[in-house]
Amino acid sequence: MKRIIATLLAMFLIQLIVVNKTYSNEDKVKDCFEKLNRATFALNMGLDKVIFKPISKGYRKLPSPIRNGTSNALSNLSNLITIPNNILQGDFGSAANNSARLIINTTIGIAGIFDPANSFGFEKREKEDFGQSLGVMGVGEGCYLVLPVLGPSTVRDTLGSLVAMNGGDVWHNITVRDDEEYVKEFKESDYWVSRVTSGVDFRAKNLEAFDAMEKNSVDLYATVRSLYLQDRERKIKNSRNKTEAMDDGDWDTLENQ
Amino acid sequence: MKILKKVFFSIIILLIFSNNSWAKSASEFISTLTNEASIILSSKLSDDEKIIRLKEIGEKSVDIVGVGFYTLGKHRKNLTDSQKEQYKELFRNYFLKSFSGRLVGYTDAKITVLSEEIKNEKYTIVYSKLIGTSDRPEVKIDWRVYTKDPENPLIRDLVIEGLSLARTQKEEFNSIIVNNDNDIEALFQNLNKFLDN
Repeated sequence: MKRIIATLLAMFLIQLIVVNKTYSNEDKVKDCFEKLNRATFALNMGLDKVIFKPISKGYRKLPSPIRNGTSNALSNLSNLITIPNNILQGDFGSAANNSARLIINTTIGIAGIFDPANSFGFEKREKEDFGQSLGVMGVGEGCYLVLPVLGPSTVRDTLGSLVAMNGGDVWHNITVRDDEEYVKEFKESDYWVSRVTSGVDFRAKNLEAFDAMEKNSVDLYATVRSLYLQDRERKIKNSRNKTEAMDDGDWDTLENQ
Repeated sequence: MKILKKVFFSIIILLIFSNNSWAKSASEFISTLTNEASIILSSKLSDDEKIIRLKEIGEKSVDIVGVGFYTLGKHRKNLTDSQKEQYKELFRNYFLKSFSGRLVGYTDAKITVLSEEIKNEKYTIVYSKLIGTSDRPEVKIDWRVYTKDPENPLIRDLVIEGLSLARTQKEEFNSIIVNNDNDIEALFQNLNKFLDN
């Protein structure tokens, strides 16, 4: 039943992408459900104020080695999604680098708590996910969405998450889906603990930045939407060279007026 | 023929030196600016005093009028002359309050300039990083410096980890205007509300 619902939802999302692409000549991502999105955003902000921000503040009080170790372990775990997506995007160099990192850090680095791979010359690279791979393959973003608890997304990125939760994420498979062929030690709760901790870790690293953004925005919803979409665009383009993301086009129109 | 060669090489050397002087000034400009801000932020001044000093820095180093009109995007061509004047003043006050408000919380901000890239005679991108602390990761910050007047470089954008603040601001303003039937007065009201808080 779950699979049928997931398939139907995936088909609906694909339709939304196609419809958006067909009827839109603009490059800009459409906010098709803005009213609903704004309501969900308000809900998420409420949850953040009551739950995530206080937890993140508490997390920040932990000794720095514990926070770094947690952050490293979560980052190591994310390789399980990044590696297949490196391959899907044809980036075999990064796939090899991240595989080496995963093996070294999981073993010598004690479940990823330490990062000895970096000392061996396997540097940390950008995380990849199925939403990014779909983007690299030319699938458009579709409409902008705000998901309850999970936050900003697009139809394409939500579809990517569904792929991950339906076999694409090894960590999800061995914890939630009970794929016990190779690993039996993990429980479903391990998956959810890792997801929540990952969110708290991210929030704790950005406490001041979020506060400043909240205080100094005239439309916080639009600010978050813009930042999310810019970030995804940059990640899909893998634009490490920042000048790619700094097109003169818009500034030149200013010069010419 | 030899004279032509000499002239040619002289022009090349002149170009290289003139480019270097621009590049140097953009980097040095950012370096001096960030050092100045860092001293203010780490000082024992009260937040209000810090804000006053940060506003002075913002006023002399940012092309506030240019950024203001950039952030209006497609809507700027619809403004009347009096609306333009009103917007200039509103945006200036909004920008300085927002700029100083965003920075004042960072008491241990240390920025290192890494390199620069001259895009053309109008723009140089200065690459830098905000040094990480135990609470905060390292952050890459790129500065779009407007060098049309090399003697007086001005900042037009900050790109933090690939995210452009000017573009974000532009999309924020556009959202307010579009959600109010393209009425620019709605943006003015929002900016006034922000300034009153």
